[in-house]
Amino acid sequence: MNFTLFVTALLTGIAFVAVVTILAKLISPRSFNAQKEEAYECGVPTRGRSWMQFRVGYYLFAILFLMFDVETMFLFPWAVVMQTLGPAGLFSVLFFLFILVLGLAYAWRKGALKWQ
Amino acid sequence: MFDFDFKIVTEWLHALLTGVMPEWAAILTESILVALAIITLYAVFAIVLIYMERKVCAAFQCRLGPMRVGPWGTLQVFGDVFKMLTKEIINLRKTDMFLHNLAPFLVVTASMTTFACLPWNKGAQIIDFNVGIFFFLAISSLGVVGILLAGWSSNNKYSLIGAMRSGAQIISYELSIGMTMLTMICLTGTMSFSEICAQQAAEGWNIFRGHIPAVIAFVIYLIAGNAECNRGPFDLPECESELTAGYHTEYSGMHFGYYYLAEYLNLFICAGMASTIFLGGWAPLVIPGLEGFNEVMACIPGAVWFVGKTFFVVFLLMWLRWTFPRLRIDQILSLEWKYLVPLSMINLVLMALVIAYGLHF
Repeated sequence: MNFTLFVTALLTGIAFVAVVTILAKLISPRSFNAQKEEAYECGVPTRGRSWMQFRVGYYLFAILFLMFDVETMFLFPWAVVMQTLGPAGLFSVLFFLFILVLGLAYAWRKGALKWQ
Repeated sequence: MFDFDFKIVTEWLHALLTGVMPEWAAILTESILVALAIITLYAVFAIVLIYMERKVCAAFQCRLGPMRVGPWGTLQVFGDVFKMLTKEIINLRKTDMFLHNLAPFLVVTASMTTFACLPWNKGAQIIDFNVGIFFFLAISSLGVVGILLAGWSSNNKYSLIGAMRSGAQIISYELSIGMTMLTMICLTGTMSFSEICAQQAAEGWNIFRGHIPAVIAFVIYLIAGNAECNRGPFDLPECESELTAGYHTEYSGMHFGYYYLAEYLNLFICAGMASTIFLGGWAPLVIPGLEGFNEVMACIPGAVWFVGKTFFVVFLLMWLRWTFPRLRIDQILSLEWKYLVPLSMINLVLMALVIAYGLHF
């Protein structure tokens, strides 16, 4: 039943956007104008394309995020059984967390967290 | 005791429907009813939140806010919705058409599916997986794909910069959200929202049960949640003075409306998660020793508690938004990576220590 409801919620979102877009297209006015179809750039035509190479700073944060997110994913099952494991569970996962922190410290030291 | 289990209603409806039609038709009918319920609640809360935001913002700036349309401007939002519906959806010449039209689908679908995860009352929850929190985190990160697509496909440099900033910010702050939720899962021992709420109804709110680490986690969650919704001091992706409107500069009419809708509903979902995980969800406030007070509190229905707590958190987030000046991108990222991530890791260990030695309530 849960998966049925999940699919229902997904389809609801898709159907909502589709129906409202069609409705809006039906009742909205329409006019054609060469100027209107330009990209908005403060009244001057766009110089070149906007699909271009982008600064590497964002990429570094994405890579760091990937590392940390995958590692937090491993922590979820541990967190669920934490109460039954007791102190032993804590100390065994501390090593894992230590390696995680080491990764962050390395990135910090190397200056990956500095926006330049 | 007002201990109403909403499952009675759904089971009664299921029995009624299977009595008059085959199984598949009953499930189909129920799915349509659920879909209508989601859309109705979604629209109602969007309207309430937009009105509330305008009034709260006005109050913080010593203004009155909308006052002309309807009594106290209550019909202003309806007017805006109809205006947005009747505006033309402009298709630009040089955009990537497919991705440009696909992006609103992703954003709205992600926010609607996470909206369906919220536990409104005992048994009144649409999606209730046993890995609820994990599912919630997974689906909510679909929204950022929509935002990146919107910026990339628009073929506009403002949109591109806005989308990139938004992407960097949302994925960074998602770490803190995940960590604080992890901290609370240590305390609850379950990831299912209904079980978390039932546990809190029996044993008290998580923020009281987990005392110090839970309060730290709550504060981190509020900061990260505000950043996750692209709001408040973290509204860099659409800072109007430098990027016009950020990633949705090229969207017009109802296409823009979807982003607006999803933004406000994401605020509500973020606040709803805070009230579910930290503030007890639909569980009433119980103070040990005050029997009369507890009886009175238990008479208030669970849904009222849930919505009340959620709007309390929404008010906190709006307060934050209208009080602080906007940060720079490097300040935002260093706040997350140099302060919140280490702090939430220490907090996780602290919570684990508290749990391991039975220091929680």
